[in-house]
Amino acid sequence: MAFISSGYDPAKPMEGRISDIGPRHFGEYLPPVIKENFGKWDYHEIIEPGILLHVAQSGDKTYTVRAGTARLMSVTHIREICDIADKFSGGYVRFTTRNNLEFQVETEEAAKELKAYLNDQKFPGGAHKFPVGGTGAGVTNIVHTQGWVHCHTPATDASGTVKATMDVVFDDFTDMKLPAPVRISMACCLNMCGAVHCSDIAILGIHRKPPLIDHKFLDNLCEIPLAVAACPTGAVRPSKVELDGETYKTVAIKQERCMFCGNCYTMCPSLPLSDGEGDGIAIMVGGKISNRITKPAFSKVVVPFVPNEPPRWPTLTKTIKKILDTYAQDANKYERLGDWATRIGWERFFEKCDLPFSEHLIDDFRDPAYYTWRQTTQFKW
Amino acid sequence: MAKHKTPLLDQLESGPWPSFVSDIKQEADARAKNEKGLDYQIPVDCPEDLLGVLEMSYTDGETHWKHGGIVGVFGYGGGVIGRYCDQPQMFPGVAHFHTVRVAQPNGKWYNTELLRNLVKIWELRGSGLTNMHGATGDIVFLGTTTPQLEEIFWELTHDLEIDLGGSGSNLRTPATCLGMSRCEYACYDTQELCYNLTQEYQDELHRPAFPYKFKFKFDGCPNGCVAAIARSDLSFIGTWKDEIKIDQEAVAAYVGGEIAPNAGAHAGRDWGAFDIQKEVVDLCPSQCISYDGKLTIDNKECVRCMHCINTMPRALKVGDERGCSILCGAKAPILDGPQMGSLLVPFMEVNKEDDYQSIKDLIENIWDWWMEEGKNRERIGETMKRLGMSALIDAAGVPVDARQVQEPRHNPYIFWKAEDVEGGWDRDINDFRKRHQR
Repeated sequence: MAFISSGYDPAKPMEGRISDIGPRHFGEYLPPVIKENFGKWDYHEIIEPGILLHVAQSGDKTYTVRAGTARLMSVTHIREICDIADKFSGGYVRFTTRNNLEFQVETEEAAKELKAYLNDQKFPGGAHKFPVGGTGAGVTNIVHTQGWVHCHTPATDASGTVKATMDVVFDDFTDMKLPAPVRISMACCLNMCGAVHCSDIAILGIHRKPPLIDHKFLDNLCEIPLAVAACPTGAVRPSKVELDGETYKTVAIKQERCMFCGNCYTMCPSLPLSDGEGDGIAIMVGGKISNRITKPAFSKVVVPFVPNEPPRWPTLTKTIKKILDTYAQDANKYERLGDWATRIGWERFFEKCDLPFSEHLIDDFRDPAYYTWRQTTQFKW
Repeated sequence: MAKHKTPLLDQLESGPWPSFVSDIKQEADARAKNEKGLDYQIPVDCPEDLLGVLEMSYTDGETHWKHGGIVGVFGYGGGVIGRYCDQPQMFPGVAHFHTVRVAQPNGKWYNTELLRNLVKIWELRGSGLTNMHGATGDIVFLGTTTPQLEEIFWELTHDLEIDLGGSGSNLRTPATCLGMSRCEYACYDTQELCYNLTQEYQDELHRPAFPYKFKFKFDGCPNGCVAAIARSDLSFIGTWKDEIKIDQEAVAAYVGGEIAPNAGAHAGRDWGAFDIQKEVVDLCPSQCISYDGKLTIDNKECVRCMHCINTMPRALKVGDERGCSILCGAKAPILDGPQMGSLLVPFMEVNKEDDYQSIKDLIENIWDWWMEEGKNRERIGETMKRLGMSALIDAAGVPVDARQVQEPRHNPYIFWKAEDVEGGWDRDINDFRKRHQR
């Protein structure tokens, strides 16, 4: 392998250097119909699952075909997307916030033709490359984090749990038969790079064992005061240990105070907490972002732990499917999952979804916990 | 012949949803064949080694990635995340596997020329694997080695005129909904404001000077498609002040069944005929709508939840006096539990004419306060919780408003200041004793 220089000269790093230019202006990448009608859209319709129509005040129309992706994608795959965009949508393509693809076409016929074409594209193993859907009252793509593919703190995999879950709820991606949109999100640890804390259904990787302490290396790899300060519950304190006749500066951990957030590990690599048996997934439900009808809401933990069961996480996907199906059957039109649970009462939610209620579901973390306890005699048997 | 056996991952190739395993294998094949005769600048077999290390995680239920070290490009403190495999002997192709965050065009619109140019760089100098996109919105290039970082940065800035995104205790790459580009609900130009602020704060984006990360997100309306209210330290959510515009003929068409409600979003199931009383009037959270053959909205009582507009987009339009609400302090649970953004400014004009100066003044007031008061690794939402909403309102220089709270305080422990009280706090004990014996 011969090193190929870009033109950068490490001996003169500032020569010809360009920095702080930011992104390219979005205006360069808008398809003509989008550019011409920018800020002048009149209304939209969902023609069929995965196909949107937008009509401008000028009368101009544009059809959007929306397709799901795995988010993790190779350059070969991106070139396939480019080939499709060149062939069907004038060389323009858009990614949505939930990692779907969108192609703009001019007519309904072209949209349907593109939908059929996208649905025909398959990987050799049989999976779709670009399944069309993700619109209206259905499940759209799961936003997720890196998991075991690329992250140092995950308690589970992200791409795998998402693939397994989307396979199970695929019908709700390609159809619009739910009472309201259901947003499923996935984050592989409490740090929640994916911010799943306001999702209808959240898949959340959690640890359950306090950190190990790598005493012989800790003081070399970490700033002890930072590791101590990192703990939100004050479980970490400076300490010394004798090992093999030598004294090491290190930390001690009050294990019963640990709530397994992993913040100490983020500050100090000598405090790992991953564990094959300890790690797994919590399922949260009932969050939303939108201000529609009801206020934005946090997701609530309804299953404190399911074990990691790679590659297909059957307990996780079975539980999600059960919650989704019960909601679909029981909720009113326009009623989000959390609003349904609030209306029927959470005690009824557990009953209907066939989920056990355990002490792990009663909040005991600081002030917000108080606001989740029941201060009324209004409850249901 | 695959380099590593991956029996567990192979099971993720079946089933309808797109398979990341199949895609990584596809890339491994493409690199092995190397039809273009590229002189790959990082190990050719890194996708195969990535599958190998992932299979190992699937077997033992633990990650095999180490903490990132300090890597990056000269003069920047963010944009690159160091990543090393903890089994480098077994998987040398991914021993060093750093992530590069690249600034995406706002709204994530692309043409194929840009995408092809981006992947060309990443095919030669990286793993050929990406995330389109990361949770904050950046283009994420997954996996390269340290000697390639300056080369990648050089090619991005010189050839594509694109910069790195944010990471670390920086302003993170701001993200926006698609706004006015293709949405009739957008109450302001989210993309232009996002672009303008991104350019204005390039220094804050690239050089860590904050207690912790800081995120801006821009939603064009209260539907909140980029989740600003849940994910951003400062959320700009479009809203309006005047009346919802009603087209009574279109209302009649919805009632008559000529137009499907909710833009056809419920078409997968037979919910029966559209019932405007049940589906719109009764669901209005402030009960400000009535229908007696004609739709009436008591706009003064409207809380702009969007339900009626979403349900009848051809009949109802957002008002004309548009701007944004600004909320502060949203974050995920680490460390102090999840927080939603709290309403700081109920309405602000979004004015490109003065280069959004009032918004920039507000941002800079808030940053000055947080940089002074915030502790290491404390999101502004936590600083607000620790020091109080009033302290933030004061620092931001915005007026106090009943809209900033859900309800007034439950406790009477009011932090009165000396200047709030007649005569101030200074008193004379001897004078007091004239009236009260010891």
